[in-house]
Amino acid sequence: MVNPHWLVRNKGLLILLPSLLLTAIFVYGFIGTSFFFSLTNWRTLAVDLSLREPLWQTYTDMLAMPRFQADLRNTLVFTVLFIGLAIGIGLGLAILLDRQIAGRGFFRSAFLFPYALSFIVTGVVWRWIFNPETGINLFFDILGINQVLEAAGMDPLSPGWTTDPEVVLSVNQVLAHVWPSGMTFQIEWGIPIALIPVAIAATWQLSGFVMAMYLGGLGSISRQVRDAARIDGAGEFRMYRSVIIPMLTPITISTAIILLHVSLKIFDLVFAMSGVGPGFATDVPAIFVFEMMFKAARYNLGATASVVMLVASCLVIVPYLMHTFRSRET
Amino acid sequence: MSMRRGILWFILGLALILYALPVYVMVTNGFKDASSVSLATMWQLPGRASLGGFTEAWAMLSPNLRNSLVMVIPAALLSSIIGALNGYVFSKWRFRGSEVLFALLLFGFFIPYQAILLPLVRFLQWINVYGTLPGLVLTHVVYGISVTTLIFRNFYVNIPGSLVEAATVDGAGMIETFWRVMLPLSLPAFAVTLIFQFTNIWNDFLFGITVVPNPQAQPVTIALNNLSGSFSVDWNVVMAGAVIAALPTALVYIGLGKFFVRGLVSGAVKA
Repeated sequence: MVNPHWLVRNKGLLILLPSLLLTAIFVYGFIGTSFFFSLTNWRTLAVDLSLREPLWQTYTDMLAMPRFQADLRNTLVFTVLFIGLAIGIGLGLAILLDRQIAGRGFFRSAFLFPYALSFIVTGVVWRWIFNPETGINLFFDILGINQVLEAAGMDPLSPGWTTDPEVVLSVNQVLAHVWPSGMTFQIEWGIPIALIPVAIAATWQLSGFVMAMYLGGLGSISRQVRDAARIDGAGEFRMYRSVIIPMLTPITISTAIILLHVSLKIFDLVFAMSGVGPGFATDVPAIFVFEMMFKAARYNLGATASVVMLVASCLVIVPYLMHTFRSRET
Repeated sequence: MSMRRGILWFILGLALILYALPVYVMVTNGFKDASSVSLATMWQLPGRASLGGFTEAWAMLSPNLRNSLVMVIPAALLSSIIGALNGYVFSKWRFRGSEVLFALLLFGFFIPYQAILLPLVRFLQWINVYGTLPGLVLTHVVYGISVTTLIFRNFYVNIPGSLVEAATVDGAGMIETFWRVMLPLSLPAFAVTLIFQFTNIWNDFLFGITVVPNPQAQPVTIALNNLSGSFSVDWNVVMAGAVIAALPTALVYIGLGKFFVRGLVSGAVKA
C-alpha cells in the first residue's frame, strides 16, 4: 500500500537532496569549520589545529589590534555615510521620476546602469577620479575656483581624497570621558577623510538600485491617496513628506537592510579603489580577512575576523528574514 | 507649470551628467592613444579616437575574458536549473518542514562569503579542483542555489495549483508535471535567474581571486585589477580594459533591462 503523502514527501526531498547536502556542507559545515579555525593555533603555513589557550585568545588579540579597531570604525562610518547618501539620493531620484515626464524610462535606466557593472570596473575608474593629481581636483582649476582663491590670497583647493590620512571629528575625548576604562582605543574614533570618496563611489553604484526599489513602491500607491492629499490642500512637498514617504517605510527598511548587508561585507570596491589606505584609513574587515588568509598566512586571525563579519551580518539579516517569513504566513 | 517642468528637467539632466562621469572617463580615455593620455587632461575628449588602448587591452585580457565566459555560462545555467526544481518543490509540493528547509537554504544567500572562504579553499584542494575553472563553477553554482531557488519559488507560487492537480489527475508524476506543465511556463523566470546569475558571477571578484591563484586561469575582473595595479601599463589601456570587462553585463543590462530589474527585486526578498 502506498501512502501518497509519504511518497510526495520523499520525492520532493529527493529533488531537494543535492541542494540540501551541498548547503549543509558548503554553508553550515564551512561556517562551523571557520569558527573552529578561529579557535586554533593555526597562524603559520604549517597547519596546527590544536585549540588555543585560552580558547578566545585570538578574538581578544584581534580586538586589541589598532588595525582591526580601524576596520570597525571604518565599517561604522562607511555604513552611515553610504546608507544616508544612497537612500537620500535614491529617494530623491524616485520622487523626481514619480510623474509623467518625457524620457522617464531613459532616466530610470541610466541611473540604474551602474548597478550592472562590477565593483572592480568602477573601483578602477573611481580610483583615478579621486586621485589628488587628477580627476575631481582638475575641476577646481577648470571651473576657476582655485584662481579665485589664489587671488584672494588663499591656498588652492587640492584635497588628498583617498590618500588623506586625517581623521576628523574625533570623539576620543568624549569616549574617554563617558567610558574611562575604555582607554584601550589605539586609534582616532572619527571620520577618516579617505573613506568619503569610497562612500561616494558606492553611492553612485547603488543609489539607482534604491531608486528602483522606491519606484516600485511609488507605483503601488494609488491615485486616490494622492488625490485625497491634494484635496486636503497639501502641496507637492507636503504630500510627499506627510503622506507618501511614511507609506514607503517598509521599502525604506528593506532597502536599508540590503544596503547594510552590502556595506558590512564591502570588499571589491575598496580593494580596487584605495586598498587599505594611509594608516588603514580605508581598510575594512573583508580586506583584513583576505590579507590574513591569503597574504599573511595568519589563518586563525582571518577566520576570527570572518566569524565577526558573519555575526554582524546575522544580527541584521536573521531578524529581517524571520519577519519576512512571519508576515507572509499570516 | 512649465517652469516647474523646466526645473525638473534641469535637476535630472544634472544628475545624469554626474552619473555619467565615471563612464565618460572610462570610455574617452580608453580611446586616447598612449602619447596623448595624461593625468592632466583626463576630462578632455581624445583629439582623435585611437584603438591602440583597446587592441593592447584585448591582447592582455582576452584569455581572461574567455575564462569568464567558460565559467559564467555553465554556472548560470546549472544554478538556474537546480533553482527551478527546488522552487517547484517548495511552492507546489510542500510538506511538513519544507518551509524550514527553504529558510535554511535561503540563509546561504546572505552570509558574507569570507566566513566560508578558508574551508572552501581547503575542500576544493581536497577534491582536486582548486585553481581550476570547474572549481570556480562549482563554487558559483553552490552559492547561487539559494537565490535561484528563491526567484523560482516566488514565481511558481503565482501559478495556479489547479494546473499541477490536473496533470496529476491525468496520472503524471511529480517530475513529469514539472517537465510538461511548469517548464513551458518558466521562461520569464529563467530569463530573470539567468541574467541575475550572469551579472553576479561575471562581476564576482572574491571567489575568482581566492579560488584561482594562477593569473592565466583567472576571470577578467581579477585580470583587470592586476592590470590597473601594474605601473608598466599605460592608463588608456587600463581604461579600455575596464570598458571591455564591463561590456558583457552592460550589454545584457541594455538589452534585457526589464528582466534585470525583476531579478533585482526578487533578489531583494520581496516575497
